[in-house]
Amino acid sequence: MNYMPKMDRRSFLATSAAAGLMLGFRIPDADATGMQTGMSPQLPADMPMAPEVNAWVAVNPDDTVVIRIARVDMGQGTLTGLAQLVAEELDCDWSKVTWDYPTPGLNLKRKRIWQNYQTAGSQGIRQSQKYVREGGAAARMMLLQAAANEWKVPVAECTVDKGVITHGPSKRTTTYGKVAAAAGKLEVPKEPKLKDPKDWKIAGKPLNRLDTADKIVGKQVYAIDIKLPGMLVAAIKQSPVIGNKIKSFDAAAVEKMPGVKKVVQVGDEAAAVVADTFWHAKSAVEALPVVWEETANDKVSSETIAAMLKEGLSAEKAFVGNKQGDALGELGKAAKKIEAVYAYPYQNHAPMEPMNTTALWSPDKCEVWAPTQNAETALAVAAAASGLPVDKCECYRMSLGGGFGRRASSHDFVQQAVLIAKQMPGTPIKLIWSREEDMTHGRFHPISQCKLTGGLDDQGNLTALHMRLSSQSIVASLIPQLLKDGMDPFVFQGLNPTGPEGQFGYDIPNLLIDHAMRNPHITPGFWRGVNNNQNAIYLECFMDELAHAAGQDPLEFRRKLMAKYPKHLGVLNAVAEKIGWGTKPPEGVFRGIAQHMGYGSYVAAASEVSVSKGGTLKIHRIVAATNCGHAVNPRQIQYQIEGSFVYGLSALLYGECTVADGKIEQENFDTYNVMRMDEMPKVETIIMPSNDFWGGVGEPTIFVAAPSVLNAIFAATGKRIRTFPLKNADLSST
Amino acid sequence: MIKLTINGQVHEVDVEPSTPLLWTIRENVGLTGTKYGCGIAQCGACTVHIDGKAVRSCSVPASSAVGKQITTIEGLAVNGKLHPVQQVWLDKDIPQCGYCQSGMMMAVAALLKQKPHPTDADIDKAITNICRCGTYAQVREGIHAVAKA
Repeated sequence: MNYMPKMDRRSFLATSAAAGLMLGFRIPDADATGMQTGMSPQLPADMPMAPEVNAWVAVNPDDTVVIRIARVDMGQGTLTGLAQLVAEELDCDWSKVTWDYPTPGLNLKRKRIWQNYQTAGSQGIRQSQKYVREGGAAARMMLLQAAANEWKVPVAECTVDKGVITHGPSKRTTTYGKVAAAAGKLEVPKEPKLKDPKDWKIAGKPLNRLDTADKIVGKQVYAIDIKLPGMLVAAIKQSPVIGNKIKSFDAAAVEKMPGVKKVVQVGDEAAAVVADTFWHAKSAVEALPVVWEETANDKVSSETIAAMLKEGLSAEKAFVGNKQGDALGELGKAAKKIEAVYAYPYQNHAPMEPMNTTALWSPDKCEVWAPTQNAETALAVAAAASGLPVDKCECYRMSLGGGFGRRASSHDFVQQAVLIAKQMPGTPIKLIWSREEDMTHGRFHPISQCKLTGGLDDQGNLTALHMRLSSQSIVASLIPQLLKDGMDPFVFQGLNPTGPEGQFGYDIPNLLIDHAMRNPHITPGFWRGVNNNQNAIYLECFMDELAHAAGQDPLEFRRKLMAKYPKHLGVLNAVAEKIGWGTKPPEGVFRGIAQHMGYGSYVAAASEVSVSKGGTLKIHRIVAATNCGHAVNPRQIQYQIEGSFVYGLSALLYGECTVADGKIEQENFDTYNVMRMDEMPKVETIIMPSNDFWGGVGEPTIFVAAPSVLNAIFAATGKRIRTFPLKNADLSST
Repeated sequence: MIKLTINGQVHEVDVEPSTPLLWTIRENVGLTGTKYGCGIAQCGACTVHIDGKAVRSCSVPASSAVGKQITTIEGLAVNGKLHPVQQVWLDKDIPQCGYCQSGMMMAVAALLKQKPHPTDADIDKAITNICRCGTYAQVREGIHAVAKA
């Protein structure tokens, strides 16, 4: 690169900091100056790095604004939303906004100036909004100060509109691009004042995403697409019984196959073939004879797991998540007692882009190019596998073909890529999982059962409720340090007595929600919505059961219990009104309703379905409401609601991974079906932010799609389906 | 060595004739806009046009496309002008993660060539591509928008 201006120490630091930044579709090939040339789609690859104003904002001489994004966009629009928040406070020209993804290695070097990279739990915006807005506001103040300094006028006499700074008295103007380098030398103001959201002009607006252009012409480079000079491709075979170790493999049997370069063991549980192409590697690894150890897990099946969970439903010992009064005592005295047992299966995330990572290892350096929801974890995993200190490692953040929690739950694919690359020093290795490996070695939505017992008095009032969960703990498998005296607090998502994450929305005088933890060997993970998915089905379908047992309208029955929870009630009322609850639906159409709170947001749905005599379900329409506190981009929120319903209804209709001989049985989309266009209902969204908190939007609405549909199915058929998915249920009427 | 005509250009590629067209396009020709999703013609992420018809390239051998016109997402725009489907996809901001959308747009473009004004039933029948982000509602609106334009 020719562009290398004379720099003082401060700007040198800023620029070398920028050296670790990369973005999107170009390979970050460090050039002679140590700068990376990966830049956003709008900017030419050979353009110099923009002068940094502060950690969050850099501005080019041509006034293009580069906003640094720590969280990852996997389709949920957080990139655009975060950029809107920064740009709003910055008062820049939105049409000139582009972005950068600082690498996690750079974040470490700069004392985690970009803070948390975790993109899961619908937290991208709600947990970083304050400091990214402050980053934008501080940059604005610095840019204005730099202009004032140049003009030798008080900064109070300067204003800015869309990146153009004006000195009021003299009418002189300049632009952000012209003063950015000077601004970067100023001290970053602490705790700058933020705008009142009611004055927002960029945030809060339904803007198009920043990152669509490359996606529609096939230019977007996902991790699976990366090409590096001299790169080879690996395909892997992991133990079919998850966790069983490899005993031996016969490399000679496949070494002569086309394109094969090397056959390697990967950790304790896998073997891989490295070849010139994935097709060659995959063909060879499928032919590779491998002997696996035998363990007691070989005898595990869906039936044995179900029996294990069933035992938990009546086990004496259980962790208590929510307790009011004396539920068990009052249930004994109830005029009417209602009981039901529900069961929720294992499900695979099945993002469209299978797991993959490219790794390049040498004795003094390890680099990975990874599709990750948390690049800091990916870096830590890569460093551990490489045997090198973390400051000798780097992770470049590639575009993700979906994530849904899989790429946050485990970075097993990153570890494997490094373990393979380590056996071929100096050669970049792209490891790609086949769809079959991806399906059978997921971090599955945990399996769960729930026994609910409700007590009604002679007036039909709900006096007591006991929810006994018996399920696998994700936390025990992935983050055991978060267990509290053995208890997994995450299993109570949406059922907690208080708290911003997921508060139970009913006032029941005697309540007991407890959990018996039962952990089979199948690896669980955080799956879009996580434990809220089954918890919302259990609670909201059972509330429907209770309402019918009490002879009351399901909406009215709920409303009586929700006076203390106005935000829960607010979204429920909104969907009820819009769907026309209480009015007659079209002939043959039936309605169901549900509400839930999770990941900081209040959500509700009302569905209209019909079921043919033969048992064919048609979901016609779902009205969804969310109160996510602040709505940063209503258009992207609408898309998240629609998308969450596709994901949630796919799970309800088809999602099931079964176990036989210790192995997951479903290997591809032919046996693990998902929803297609023809099953997509009309979705009407109500975005009703109350502007007094910050909630998530990537997941919450998924909770209510399934229970609202299930309640509508009951209204249509009188059948209460309590075991999922629906493909196994008979909805026909005789 | 086989000869493939992709986006109007002839490529001589050194593959076993049975290699799936998908991997030939991605790895031997180097056009990565066409995606791998399942390898068994279930998801449609690998959809390309062969002589104008939508084909799931993961499940046809490269040799079967010899002498035919192959179009990938990279060749859908002509002379720098976006295909109407791409233009609507951009204007309406339809992709989420975007991974399935190359195949989705190729399938839609083929449908619209055959039926410029498809009904919802036509769309349901023809567009069976999987999108895990769940863009189906926007895809349907997008197809109707192209038809109206």
